Amino acid sequence: MVQAIVFLPLLGAILAGLIALFGAHARNPSGDELDHHGDHGHGAHAHASDKINEDASVIHESHHDDDHAHGPTEPPAAGSRAAELITTGLLFVSAALSWMTLVDVGFMHHDYRIQLLPWIFSGDLQVWWTLRVDTLTAVMLVVVTTVSSLVHLYSIGYMDEDPNRPRFFGYLSLFTFAMLMLVTADNLVQLFFGWEGVGLASYLLIGFWYQKPSANAAAIKAFVVNRVGDFGFALGIFAVFMLVGSTDFETIFHAAPGLTGKTINFLGWHADALTLTCLLLFMGAMGKSAQFLLHTWLPDAMEGPTPVSALIHAATMVTAGVFMVARLSPLFELAPTAQAVVMFFGATTAFFAATIGLVQNDIKRIVAYSTCSQLGYMFVAMGAGAYSVGMFHLFTHAFFKALLFLGSGSVIYAMHHEQDIRNMGGLWKKIPYTYAVMVVGTLALTGFPLTAGYFSKDAIIESAYASHNPFAVYGFLMTIIAAGLTSFYSWRLIFKTFHGEPHDEHHYEAAHEAPLWILIPIGVLAVGSFVAGLPFKELFAGHGVEEFFRESVKMNPHIIEEMHHIPQTIAFLPTVMMVLGFLVSYLFYIRRPYLPVELANTQPMLYQFLLNKWYFDELYDLIFVRPAKWLGYQLWKKGDGFIIDGFGPDGVSARVLDVTRNVVKIQTGYLYHYAFAMLIGAAGLITWFMFGFGGQ
Amino acid sequence: MTTWPILSVTTFLPLVGALIVYLSRGNDEAARRNSRWIALWTTLITFAVSVILVMRFDPGNPDFQFVEKANWLATGITYHMGVDGISLPLVILTTAVMPFCIIASWKAITNRVREYMMAFLILETLMIGTFSALDLVLFYLFFEGGLIPMFLIIGVWGGPRRVYASFKFFLYTLLGSVLMLLAIMALYWNGGTTDIPTLMHTAVPRSLQTWAWLAFFASFAVKMPMWPVHTWLPDAHVEAPTAGSVVLAAILLKMGGYGFLRFSLPMFPLASHDFAPLVFTLSAIAIIYTSLVALMQEDMKKLIAYSSVAHMGFVTMGIFAGTMQGVAGGVFQMISHGIVSGALFLCVGVVYDRLHTREIAAYGGLVNRMPLYAMTFMVFTMANVGLPGTSGFVGEFMTLLGTFKVSIPTAFFASFGVILSAAYALWLYRKVVFGALVKPQLASMKDLTLRECVILFPMIALTILFGVYPKPVLDMSAASVQQLVNNYNTAVTAVKAAALLQ
Repeated sequence: MVQAIVFLPLLGAILAGLIALFGAHARNPSGDELDHHGDHGHGAHAHASDKINEDASVIHESHHDDDHAHGPTEPPAAGSRAAELITTGLLFVSAALSWMTLVDVGFMHHDYRIQLLPWIFSGDLQVWWTLRVDTLTAVMLVVVTTVSSLVHLYSIGYMDEDPNRPRFFGYLSLFTFAMLMLVTADNLVQLFFGWEGVGLASYLLIGFWYQKPSANAAAIKAFVVNRVGDFGFALGIFAVFMLVGSTDFETIFHAAPGLTGKTINFLGWHADALTLTCLLLFMGAMGKSAQFLLHTWLPDAMEGPTPVSALIHAATMVTAGVFMVARLSPLFELAPTAQAVVMFFGATTAFFAATIGLVQNDIKRIVAYSTCSQLGYMFVAMGAGAYSVGMFHLFTHAFFKALLFLGSGSVIYAMHHEQDIRNMGGLWKKIPYTYAVMVVGTLALTGFPLTAGYFSKDAIIESAYASHNPFAVYGFLMTIIAAGLTSFYSWRLIFKTFHGEPHDEHHYEAAHEAPLWILIPIGVLAVGSFVAGLPFKELFAGHGVEEFFRESVKMNPHIIEEMHHIPQTIAFLPTVMMVLGFLVSYLFYIRRPYLPVELANTQPMLYQFLLNKWYFDELYDLIFVRPAKWLGYQLWKKGDGFIIDGFGPDGVSARVLDVTRNVVKIQTGYLYHYAFAMLIGAAGLITWFMFGFGGQ
Repeated sequence: MTTWPILSVTTFLPLVGALIVYLSRGNDEAARRNSRWIALWTTLITFAVSVILVMRFDPGNPDFQFVEKANWLATGITYHMGVDGISLPLVILTTAVMPFCIIASWKAITNRVREYMMAFLILETLMIGTFSALDLVLFYLFFEGGLIPMFLIIGVWGGPRRVYASFKFFLYTLLGSVLMLLAIMALYWNGGTTDIPTLMHTAVPRSLQTWAWLAFFASFAVKMPMWPVHTWLPDAHVEAPTAGSVVLAAILLKMGGYGFLRFSLPMFPLASHDFAPLVFTLSAIAIIYTSLVALMQEDMKKLIAYSSVAHMGFVTMGIFAGTMQGVAGGVFQMISHGIVSGALFLCVGVVYDRLHTREIAAYGGLVNRMPLYAMTFMVFTMANVGLPGTSGFVGEFMTLLGTFKVSIPTAFFASFGVILSAAYALWLYRKVVFGALVKPQLASMKDLTLRECVILFPMIALTILFGVYPKPVLDMSAASVQQLVNNYNTAVTAVKAAALLQ
């Protein structure tokens, strides 16, 4: 059953990929010669102008794609419908099996470990391809396959004008497969495989519209920034292997208590072994989950098609870092310093991303920063040792954030690929269904009582308050403030998009509700945003945690108990902040729409600072990208060209030539030159005999 | 077990093929076609014979197998051939890559086809001989002999600056070789033989170890190439014809790594241990330095050449870590790099054949016309980046893992290659393949032909197969690597213990 869950998406990806390749190949003939042979001949001129015409049409076509992201001029690929149905059908089977697995594992307590194939075997390094399913994995399986199958379904509608649908669905399924390999990993190396695999899929999907330069840039940025995190992750794996001699989770967890107190000499720093390892591994999590300092790729990733943003950059891939920390909880529980760092970064991200979200104008970017911020919340719970609580938020967040993204997609679809909320307004009359589900998503995100987000988010804030982490107060304050900010920017999005006056009459008039392919998935997710909360509260953040998660995470033993005994006022605070954010937003964007403009004008520094995302892109460009390029250029021209070649082969050959040239010059042919040389030589010899050798 | 000298047959079959090509005279189209077919069949049969080697090879036995010995020159200098788990993968790599090289040159080479095919076949004999010679003098002959056909391939069928490149290539390698010859003589005087298995068990005095190690190092470091003697490689690659680049990247570079494994570690363990920090430093510098340089390249082949230097840095680092994972990873990385970089050069060759330029700026948006090519290039780009699931990952991961145990700073700095390789490889891919197709000269580009698919698709299959299931290669080399590592560690610990007693 588990094999089916994991490999059905791969099967779908391969089939869709083959359809895409065969289709593309059929349209683009083979041949190793260019068409024109007459370049030097008579008809060269006519030929050239022909080509330029053809070329102009290509440019036109690509320009068209840029504007609308869909090129109706190009016919859709053959077999598009087949590819869609195959991948979507397989994903739904996989999702159904996942829910069965969750019941089987979570309530019947049947964990699985299935060894598939030996992978890397060398000496004591023994890595298997293994599928491991315990409760933690089962929860992730459900999240991944459910959201993925809904996104597949949604994409059938959303991408209906795109000519390259088989490729798109192939990528989506490939992503799902990699993500499933990630969550079912039984060792760090397979986790890394899934980790980089989702990175690849993310790269391909962000750059799906490869004719757009901005999409290509965003794709590369996402991959490279993630690699920075993976750099730490890889070193973390090496450190674990050095300490334990294995990469299997079971072995590592058994050996972990014996590692306390050990140190590693890391570049002259005698670090506590467990702390260092956890920090290195956490660096990977920071990259994948877009935490503060490594977050810059996530907003740019919105260049990809909207379903991709929902699946990868909201619900699943970006939560991989959270999952990883939960999976390695037996290590993190033993490294309090690392936990403090986790909480610090989580809290900072929660606050920092929320502040940027306040002023953004691109509907998808607002949701993207919101994702970033919510991931910060999850890490706060991880830092507090309340791993199941973090997983709870991961679970609920997957539903309402996917809903918000897909809802935004529906808005964008209705507005003919307009993404700027300044050009929207008053849409609720035109697309009431989308409006309704977006409001549901917003309620859940802001933590309105009885929605899913209410239970999980409040639990995180409580866990931060109750924890004994050195950054507990910081974490608590940041998450509380961020709760208010979240409420503000979420309602701002709703008000500016759906209320007020329409700003673009042309688009407004043409706005229409999306087809059923799109409406069904967002309806399901809207239901999920309600029911993912209360029924699961006891399992994730109540007394059922022990029973449900069992060995799969190692909780801080007291955290759940202490969370239930915090003061009532503290427990109400998030709700108060939520209402406050709503009121301010209502005031700003409904009652007194001139206020935000005035505020921006009176505080230009702050506004620009936030609008430009704290200037992180510019900073990184200045301190990493440019120096790397400069250094590369200098090393190439000066290092290789001037120093190594100059003193190496080129220099040697030049010197040899110099010497021969000078030797040639000495042979002048004049007798008196030779006589003079002989005289000097004789004088020298005599002197040497008299004072040197002769003196002894 | 063996009834016929299978190893010698594998080695000299290509030479026979070269002879047949030589005998089939003529300069018309028919003669050219004949020489192509003869070369192809020769390499295919050679490959088939080498497959027999794999089938009869006993992976559990760490010693040399298929050994052949005959008297040759003086006492102690014999014709001695044999392979173990370290050399056999490289022999197979050689025989497997050669048919692809012949097919890749099918249309690209039109003048002096006979000579070209002969050069390649002779080169194949010399390369297989290098990996299977078990006598120092014999090894030296094969090792240095390989220079000549390669020199000719670059110098005759190369690009516009071919003379400069071939001269630079020759100058660098020759300098190292002279020193190695001296060291071989010194070893002969010390042990009275040039038999490699015997020398492996002959104690070499410490001072001689140091000098001999340095002399061998000079030769192998150039071949590898290690920083800072790498500058011949980009020039040689740029000027060489496609198949020449493939052989250079896939096989000739591996001779350096093979030399370290065959000579430096087993014969001079103490010197190897002493100099390990030097190798670590050079490797880490090579990885970062050449990756940075690769970022700024404007020529496709140069970019891949620089990335080759970086990847070879992982090999040297892993080998001198002296741990099981490091050395096995080094061997694996050599095989993987042989496939991946060879394939990357073939990918460059595909577009070079169509447009006759390697300027990155001349391309862009190829995916619009060449979807199969885009897919193929993507697979190899990802393998070059070291994405798990491709063979590139396994080698990189194992070498880093093996080195981390020995030297954390080296592994730390080398890991920067993980970030930089992603940057330059994806940048290249984006500039060449992605984007809108706006350049007029690209509008009539056509996708891969059947011939090109025949070359590239098996390599895709191997890249992914070895990424998911590297066991065949790892198992083949495991016993020999284990023995090598054990002997090395025994020698080093013995000296340390002796030092403690004093």
